[in-house]
Amino acid sequence: MLEASANSGASPQTGIHQLIAADGTSVADGELDPFVADVDDAQLVRLYSDMVAIRRIDVEATALQRQGQLALWPPMLGQEASQVGSLRALGGDDFIFPTYRENGVAYLRGADLAGIMSTWRGSANTGWDPYKFNMATPQIIIGSQTLHATGYAMGLVLDGKETLSIAYLGDGATSQGDVHESMVFAASFQAPVIFFCQNNHWAISEPVGLQAHVPIAGRAPGYGIPSLRVDGNDVLAVLAATRWAAARARSGGGPSFIEAVTYRMGAHTTADDPTRYRGVTELEEWGAKDPIARVKALLQGRGKLDDDAEAAVARRADAVAAELREGTINLPDPAPLSVFDNVYTTEHAILDRQRDHYERYLAGFAPTDGTTLEGSRS
Amino acid sequence: MITEFRLPDLGEGLTESEIVSWHVAVGDRVELNQVIGEVETAKAVVELPSPYAGTVTAITHEPGTTVEVGEVIIAFEVPGQGQDAPAADQPADEAPAKRVPTLVGYGAEPESSKRPVRRTRQFAPAGAAAPAAAPTGVPAAAPAGAPAVAVADAQARVQADRPRSTPPVRKLARDMGIDLAALTGSGDHGLITRQDVVTFAGGQEKGAEGAAEAPASTTGTAAARDRTDTSREVRTPIKGVRKFTAAAMVQSAFTAPHVTEFLTVDVTAGMEFLAKLRAAREFADVKLTPLTLAARAVCLGIARQPSLNSHWDGAANEIVTKNYVNLGIAAATPRGLVVPNIKDAQQLGLHGLAAALGELAATARAGKTQPADLAGGTFSITNIGVFGIDAGTPILNPGEAGILALGAVRNTPWEYQGTVALRQVMTLSLSFDHRLVDGEQGSRFLADVGAVMSDPAMALALC
Repeated sequence: MLEASANSGASPQTGIHQLIAADGTSVADGELDPFVADVDDAQLVRLYSDMVAIRRIDVEATALQRQGQLALWPPMLGQEASQVGSLRALGGDDFIFPTYRENGVAYLRGADLAGIMSTWRGSANTGWDPYKFNMATPQIIIGSQTLHATGYAMGLVLDGKETLSIAYLGDGATSQGDVHESMVFAASFQAPVIFFCQNNHWAISEPVGLQAHVPIAGRAPGYGIPSLRVDGNDVLAVLAATRWAAARARSGGGPSFIEAVTYRMGAHTTADDPTRYRGVTELEEWGAKDPIARVKALLQGRGKLDDDAEAAVARRADAVAAELREGTINLPDPAPLSVFDNVYTTEHAILDRQRDHYERYLAGFAPTDGTTLEGSRS
Repeated sequence: MITEFRLPDLGEGLTESEIVSWHVAVGDRVELNQVIGEVETAKAVVELPSPYAGTVTAITHEPGTTVEVGEVIIAFEVPGQGQDAPAADQPADEAPAKRVPTLVGYGAEPESSKRPVRRTRQFAPAGAAAPAAAPTGVPAAAPAGAPAVAVADAQARVQADRPRSTPPVRKLARDMGIDLAALTGSGDHGLITRQDVVTFAGGQEKGAEGAAEAPASTTGTAAARDRTDTSREVRTPIKGVRKFTAAAMVQSAFTAPHVTEFLTVDVTAGMEFLAKLRAAREFADVKLTPLTLAARAVCLGIARQPSLNSHWDGAANEIVTKNYVNLGIAAATPRGLVVPNIKDAQQLGLHGLAAALGELAATARAGKTQPADLAGGTFSITNIGVFGIDAGTPILNPGEAGILALGAVRNTPWEYQGTVALRQVMTLSLSFDHRLVDGEQGSRFLADVGAVMSDPAMALALC
């Protein structure tokens, strides 16, 4: 293994910022501590509850895919701290540009669970209204959402807004030209954008060490963008780092880059078999750095997670799972013509013609009314 | 109510999966999302979480079976669900209209009463006038009722539609002036393929040729003369051994990827050895030739490289390695090429092989080779040396993994003990099926055979 992937979330001396060690003990970090000074135990319980809930979403969605109710699902198992910590650092006006794996972020942002699943079931192109939640729809194209986020942030400057945009990306995306261009533009225009890179160690089957011989966070300074490398399995460290980046953006400090070092415990998607490429000890190694277990240990150590609190967390997760299952199974099949909706905001001549053609094509499918077959080939 | 679970597409466009194991049995109670079994797709082995909480009432596919996506694999008694529902054995789609969740990957459940039916299109025959006079398309309605006729209905619609083909083939047909409606497709579901069009065009041409013949015979064209003048061409019906040989060779050449290797060896010592044996009383009753020695060398070589004696069983998806050698010998007979084989040749010594070869040759020459003698061969030798030929690229006898061609033994200037001497040299040509035999095994085998041919004492080292 190369250095970039050998860095573990439990060893701060490797240059990874951390606030909660894998065994649940608190770690001091001079740079991050000020950003989470206000986070009390009650808030930590909420972060814990968020992580448990989105892990449950992942488990339930994976099962639904195996049961034929979803076409595909990209597991987020193991990345709960990165998703929760980053999202909880944002304001409601900040605009999120996610990848396809930020389904936990979408749920925490308020998107309807069935809506989120509609995309993965193939019954809708869009799972939620981007402007209602200030969160763009999942981007399947690797890395292109960084362009959108940068452009949006440049617009915020022109509009004189004090909000920011955040682009989620993975370690694999950092090899994309789009990401390079985004970072060049973001630095050139000092755009208020956060590049939040979840280094989950695998770009499908390609290990991060192959495309990043030095830590990914080390690339950003080359663009003139300050960066932080944090333990992506430490929800508090992720929260602090994202608040650091957000504070910079809001105060005219320009773009920031965060590398959250985490691990994809599941498959790339349900159509992938990670056992074909993953090292045999990796799951064990990273399982010991579980993001949820460490917060639980921390809270229990402080006596802040009693049975009642645990039961409440479990009840929320159960309710989420039930709502997700019920909502997914009962998603209506879309009307064929709805494929033309939400393409352009205004009238579009070519699209109108296509709609007209398709309408007439569909009209060719006559309803069965008992008449006999006539007029075959002349 | 009994609820069936159909195998979903587990990995973006898969059509089937193999049941690896069941973790539950009929009668077991299962919880929602409890792992009930494992299936292997082309992409991964995945666990199946139970889609229901209830009791398993049926498991329809055993582990090891491959199941098409959409087939029922397990059924559950789900308590509290649809108690007033019709009897379980009634087809689901005859049940009162009720929303059936669409399982992703194999489309919507057919709804007999609402299924859209495509309107029949009208096509004018090629070259006909504009279709203005053609009757307007009447919407073709599906036969009323039963979903059981869905398939037939679909076929009927296909037939009523324009001929099924692909755009490039349609263009080809148009360019050639062929109306696709006149063709019967040989592809899937009657799809008209490029080959169909070409074949059809060929038939038309032949027809045209035939039609042209009558006037041709009066004008005396070369073509017509060719057909009738037997002094320039002889047309022999393809049948019997020739037809069989042709089919076997075509099948072999186009299914087994052939590799041929050559080895030229100094067989002087081997020929001297044979000469010595010929003088021995024990061998007085048999004929000893290089083929005899090669037969023994092949048996020894196969013992060391069994893959040369294996068979590709595509249907069973298995490689069959034979522990016996039925050694085929290509024989030219008045009826044509036959390849009778010596059963269990590995058990025979040089004398036994010589005797068997003599008998086999006599039987073949007499045209009395029995079908049983031709069946079950595992490896073949062809002795092209008797025709004065040095080397060739023999085609495998179908079902076998290797064939060795023996070249002629020639007096050739050859390196011998540091100088050039006149030695007896022959070339061995080995073809093998590269699906079964890698270059390494083939090469080692050929080297072993060559070693025995050049120095029969090497046989002692190969055992």
